[in-house]
Amino acid sequence: MSASPVYLDAATAAPMHPVARQALLAALDDGWADPGKLYTQARRARQLLDAAREATALTLGVRADEVSFTPSGTTAAHGAVLGGLKGRRRVGSTLVHSAIEHSAVLHAAERHVGAGGTATVVPVDRLGRLDLTAWSTAVRAPGVALAALITASHEVGTVQPVAAAAAACADVGVPLYVDAAQSVGRVPLPAGWSVLTASAHKWGGPPGVGVLAVRKGVRWESPWPADEREGGRTPGVVNLPAVVAAAASLRAAAADAAAEATRLTALVDRVRERVAAEVPDVEVVGDPVLRLPHLVTFSCLYVDGEALLHALDRRGFAVSSGSSCTSSTLRPSHVLEAMGVLSHGNVRVSLHRETTEADVERFLTELPGIVAGLRAEAGVVGL
Amino acid sequence: MTVPDEVIDCRGQRCPLPVIAAARRMPEVPVGTVVRVLADDPAAAVDIPAWCRMRGQEFLGSVNGPDGPAYDVRRTH
Repeated sequence: MSASPVYLDAATAAPMHPVARQALLAALDDGWADPGKLYTQARRARQLLDAAREATALTLGVRADEVSFTPSGTTAAHGAVLGGLKGRRRVGSTLVHSAIEHSAVLHAAERHVGAGGTATVVPVDRLGRLDLTAWSTAVRAPGVALAALITASHEVGTVQPVAAAAAACADVGVPLYVDAAQSVGRVPLPAGWSVLTASAHKWGGPPGVGVLAVRKGVRWESPWPADEREGGRTPGVVNLPAVVAAAASLRAAAADAAAEATRLTALVDRVRERVAAEVPDVEVVGDPVLRLPHLVTFSCLYVDGEALLHALDRRGFAVSSGSSCTSSTLRPSHVLEAMGVLSHGNVRVSLHRETTEADVERFLTELPGIVAGLRAEAGVVGL
Repeated sequence: MTVPDEVIDCRGQRCPLPVIAAARRMPEVPVGTVVRVLADDPAAAVDIPAWCRMRGQEFLGSVNGPDGPAYDVRRTH
């Protein structure tokens, strides 16, 4: 029996917004030249790049010269962390970060520690929310160069207390970097940050475009070899057609964000309620209220996460998992680990502008049988 | 350190097998029994305590001995 595809992994990559596609195709014709050169084609490319930067800055609520486009969200995150540390190396060499940062941030932290720096990891509670008391203590310690906090968990959706965390940083003059990859284009951004990163394919832009925003006056120094492009913050010529598409789709996504958030929040509420009620021995994780509108995560006791992904895929459902058997390192998600919640049989469902109520209904109708089937195969029914 | 009443060897088993082994054994032992689960899958460190919480069993803690990581669970009901 064939099943029509239902893509529910927008937190990894949202399907491209139609506006992004149109802008990309137009910019392929018009924006291929190097915007740094001094001839007609280059000036046209420069106009497109400037317009993309202005539009992106407007959506983020910053100045255009504070925004740089990077080759990915990952390189933006690496640059944010390493550049923030480098800019304040005379103050100290400690990075404070939450236990639930994206792996891009954690890998940059590992690089920093490997080079002789230190990192202080701040825990979260069972719902995946930052321990603000521990955070305030950590940022007050002598020698803190930078603090990093994800705006909302990319794995479980819990929104972080960024404003309060930023206030604790401001009290002691520590700049705050926020990874806003799951928030930009979906929800209003918190205040008080010094450095922000995002990733275009999370909001319906093309893959291969990241955003790095550094507020004026923040002591941030590029950790990369020198290059004058993009304000000197990230080397290499930008993929201009993709950047143009990213900016156009961000504007479109931001315009619809409030309405989409309302629609998707209701669908996620339905998933949370129905999964908890209709799948036995399941743990729906993350904060039920203070959460992203589009993302929900749950773990099914005694079920192999990889087997569950494959079974769902056979029925046309594309989802993600934090279970160790689905990761290349065979380690469970550090986010689920930090929360102390069940890591096996884990599924992350993330919705987007093309997700319909019917898609969610079909998922909810089929899921209990799929889980029951896997449990029967494994001989774990009634345990 | 707790002295376990019995040991289940789940070394080499991947998630969720160590949890399943603990769940199978628990109803067979008397209430109060401490079962030690030897499990080198890193997910066991998260999933055995989480299972105890979901099932109302007592997680006593983890030890890292000569047999690798081990997790002690007391049957409470």
